[in-house]
Amino acid sequence: MKLIDRFAEKFFWVSAVLSLAVTILIFGFMVILGLPLFKGGHFFDLFSKPWLPDHGIFGVYPMIVGTLSITLLGLGLAFPLCLGCSAFISVLGPKKLGQIVKKIVQLMTGIPTVIYGFVGIFLLVPIIREMFESGSGMCILTASLLLAILVSPTMILFFSDSFDQVPQSFLDAVDALGGNNAQKILYVILPYSWRGVLTGTILALGRAMGDTMIALMVAGNAVAVPDSVFDSARTLTAHIALIIAADFESLEFKTLFACGIILYLFTTFIALSVRSIESKSWGKK
Amino acid sequence: MKTKFFRVGFVHVSFILVLSFSLVSTIQAGVLDTFMGEKGTVKISGGTAHIPVMKEAAKRIMTVNSDIQISIAGGGSGVGIKQVGEGLVDIGNSGRKPSDMEIKKYQLKMFKWAIDGVGVVVNPENKVKTLSKAQLIDIFSGKIGNWKDLGGLDKAINVYTRDKSSGTRDVFWKKAIDKGEITDQANFVVSNGAMKSAISNDPYGIGYVSVGHIDESVAPVALDGVVPTLENVKQGKYKIARGLYSNTKGEPSGLSKKFIKYLFSHEGQQIAADKGFIPIQ
Repeated sequence: MKLIDRFAEKFFWVSAVLSLAVTILIFGFMVILGLPLFKGGHFFDLFSKPWLPDHGIFGVYPMIVGTLSITLLGLGLAFPLCLGCSAFISVLGPKKLGQIVKKIVQLMTGIPTVIYGFVGIFLLVPIIREMFESGSGMCILTASLLLAILVSPTMILFFSDSFDQVPQSFLDAVDALGGNNAQKILYVILPYSWRGVLTGTILALGRAMGDTMIALMVAGNAVAVPDSVFDSARTLTAHIALIIAADFESLEFKTLFACGIILYLFTTFIALSVRSIESKSWGKK
Repeated sequence: MKTKFFRVGFVHVSFILVLSFSLVSTIQAGVLDTFMGEKGTVKISGGTAHIPVMKEAAKRIMTVNSDIQISIAGGGSGVGIKQVGEGLVDIGNSGRKPSDMEIKKYQLKMFKWAIDGVGVVVNPENKVKTLSKAQLIDIFSGKIGNWKDLGGLDKAINVYTRDKSSGTRDVFWKKAIDKGEITDQANFVVSNGAMKSAISNDPYGIGYVSVGHIDESVAPVALDGVVPTLENVKQGKYKIARGLYSNTKGEPSGLSKKFIKYLFSHEGQQIAADKGFIPIQ
């Protein structure tokens, strides 16, 4: 028994070190392969210059703008919807119906993003093009709408789980005071579970930022800095997917590592903020 | 996994078909006979223009010999050259001649087995079916931004292009728009197939695809009066054309050698012709 215990402990220890090492190694790998960019002294030009490979300028500023605008707009569209949906599941709707909705949302988590992209090209893109009569319909708005659907399950499940953690006695107190459901949500549930809401939103942000297929398929991938939500734009992830075919030795290819580093730092930042919020909420209890 | 699925499907469906086929024509079966008794895999990737021919050739080979597995992936010419050079695949296709640097670095051996035109395409609903070279250059550089200026509807032109490593883009850029600028507003798509579906979905779009990919879902645009058809490319009237290459790292051997030999056989060249390319022999 003791031997097994010790073995198990070692095993978990090794697994932990291994996964930590892989994460750090990946970062190191990107930095080392991207080293020629640092050496040139033009590393920070990358973040401010446009992408003009024919003129030897390989800035990824348009892609950073593209990533941020698509992600934030998508999240902005999803947030109110998800809040409403989880309120319906946890409080407003009939118990049975709420459970059914929740099951459907859980099913949605398994849909591959390429399916959303595919449906987007044939359904959403023509609608956006005809409705707004601006551009090809492959634009920030289209990608954001699809991303909103993509990240919704994450947010809804997180929100409704944290709503469910509100002690029953609190809810009973609202009922006893004659408060209605809307007041219950506004004055009791949301103030109590804001950490869960924030964590869910930040996780969704990471998911949206890391997604490649949707942006690649429906955002249009133009290299210009977008001026409006109807402009075609390229995200960092789609940029990596498009440029990966370039010659390995070329500077063009090396800039991919810069994109990788940016994405990596973004997501690390997100993960760390989730951790800190979580640890604070544990401390509180 | 994909390969296996592909193979099993075809073996069941077309086994009888091929049996009767080989009875009728013993000469045709003769070419495929070289694959008898062979076993193994051939991995192919790269140029997306090549895919219809690759698929058909692979289907025929795997039908007579189910011990051979041939997997076909896209990715574009750049990917094909890189992957074969790095030893990730056995045959890397490219829709352009690999650069001298690439040839030297990877010791590439090139096999040009067909010629393919690159045609400008618009949506079939578009009334504009003919352009001059100067107009084309202005459209792609963004100087002409509305179909109205070309006799079409009063709608903005949506330009579609491919990424820089694409062989189709390479020949289009060199021979159709004389190395002119491509507007930074252009939408990027990842393959010939994706270009076709983008244009067939966008009534105001313009793009370019391999002539072998042109079908009723997109409308070819006559350039200076010459329509990009197989016939016009063959006769040399339509100038925007390139070779389709299959590349190997060093001299090909084993199954890859046989596969390439098959592409150059009468039957292989016939497949290329059927798929809308001009056979080399």
